Amino acid sequence: MYNFDFAKPSTIADAVKAMSEEDAQALGGGQTLIPTLKQRLAAPSTLVSLTGIPEMQGICMDDAGRLCIGGATTHATVAAEGAAHYPALAAMASHIGDPAVRNRGTLGGSLANNDPSACYPAAVLASGATVVTNAREIAADDYFQGMFTTALDEGEIITEVKFPVPEAANYQKFVQPASRFALVGVFVAKYADGVRVAVTGASEDGVFRWSEAEEALSSDFSAGALDGLSVDASTMIGDLHGTPEYRAHLVSVMTRRAVAAC
Amino acid sequence: MVEISMNVNGKPVSGAVEGRTLLSAFLRDDLRLTGTHIGCDTSQCGACVVHVNGEAVKACTMFAAEADGAEVTTIEGMANADGTLGVVQQAFQDEHGLQCGFCTPGMVMSAAALLRDNPTPSEAEIREYLEGNICRCTGYHNIVKAIQTAAAKLTPVAAE
Ligand SMILES: Cc1cc2nc3c(=O)[nH]c(=O)nc-3n(C[C@H](O)[C@H](O)[C@H](O)COP(=O)(O)OP(=O)(O)OC[C@H]3O[C@@H](n4cnc5c(N)ncnc54)[C@H](O)[C@@H]3O)c2cc1C
Ligand code: FES
Ligand code: FES
Repeated sequence: MYNFDFAKPSTIADAVKAMSEEDAQALGGGQTLIPTLKQRLAAPSTLVSLTGIPEMQGICMDDAGRLCIGGATTHATVAAEGAAHYPALAAMASHIGDPAVRNRGTLGGSLANNDPSACYPAAVLASGATVVTNAREIAADDYFQGMFTTALDEGEIITEVKFPVPEAANYQKFVQPASRFALVGVFVAKYADGVRVAVTGASEDGVFRWSEAEEALSSDFSAGALDGLSVDASTMIGDLHGTPEYRAHLVSVMTRRAVAAC
Repeated sequence: MVEISMNVNGKPVSGAVEGRTLLSAFLRDDLRLTGTHIGCDTSQCGACVVHVNGEAVKACTMFAAEADGAEVTTIEGMANADGTLGVVQQAFQDEHGLQCGFCTPGMVMSAAALLRDNPTPSEAEIREYLEGNICRCTGYHNIVKAIQTAAAKLTPVAAE
């Protein structure tokens, strides 16, 4: 690892100031960034820890009935404290990696990284959540822009995410046993104005909405409504863990299971 | 350099570290607490698990500077005050929950964290909690048994 300066601001304003330095980078739980630094794939001049900022911690409900989660809130906290408000989201968080990863890894870090196999992007996209940064609010549909790519500008910090709470929801994860990430994960969320289905782990373009399934489920919310529907295998990831066809098949299976479990 | 101080196993310690110094390196190299093992250094194996403010974390995937001001417990802090093995450690010995012993510090720390959150875990809950702790020797069976034994010993105490 190359060396860097370490900053630990206690307010968002100070963090934004620290991030304005050349080659400064945010540090969430470090569960992705530290391995990256060890491989010398990144060489920030300053790491700005976001873990000491009370404004970015914890969960609450806003007046619009949305579940608001601070950008530096750990997966373990969401798993424990989110259960009463949005059980499917809390259940998803409780199966990210392992307990030690969940005690450090954060919502903001997961979204900023946008790993094509990560769980949170599916939950955020399926919930039509709003990603709040120090500068603006970004709709989930505009936020995810392909593998490891997001709408975030340089130095922009995710301070909070607002999740509209669905009538029913479920996340089904087919675990890749070596990494414990999703080989394929499907988050289904049913709202009064329609059903949203987000798929992670499968596509070359990162997390995506399966709009055909959404249409079918919006008029008939049952696993049977998915009969005959499938995603195009030609855009799916192929690697030693699964062929594109296998992943395409899993998308259908996981979506059915999620609907059945709602 | 960053000046840091923390309580490790109840004792105040301080030091000057680089930004990149990992908690595992601070514990092992600066404090000479070599009970915390480095199996992979890539956050996969869990041999380096310690408690920071009561939560299990992988010491190889946390900067020492992030633990400034924290309460840290390592495997060296799991023994009784008189140096005899603590309940979880003793259960690992009694149930043959180790062979080479390399993974054991992390296993014991994870087990202790589990039992604090969930004093009466089912076998399935124990296995799921140990998802991030890899053992190349035992096949996990006796590790699970050891944690069940420790749970049985600890629970009547906790209920008092
Ligand atoms: C063994 C293991 C298993 C895992 N399994 C899963 C899994 O099953 N599912 C899953 O989804 N993930 C999994 N992860 C990843 C885990 O969820 C990470 O915690 C997460 O991807 C990154 O979050 P972090 O807080 O650790 O971010 P960091 O590693 O600190 O940062 C990641 C990136 O985000 C940036 N960043 C951090 N916080 C912010 C912020 N608030 N605003 C803007 N940018 C920010 C950093 O600069 C960096 O580029 C796993 C990780 C490990 C080590
Ligand atoms: S040494 Fe830390 S997880 Fe393996
Ligand atoms: S006892 Fe040898 S690795 Fe677990």
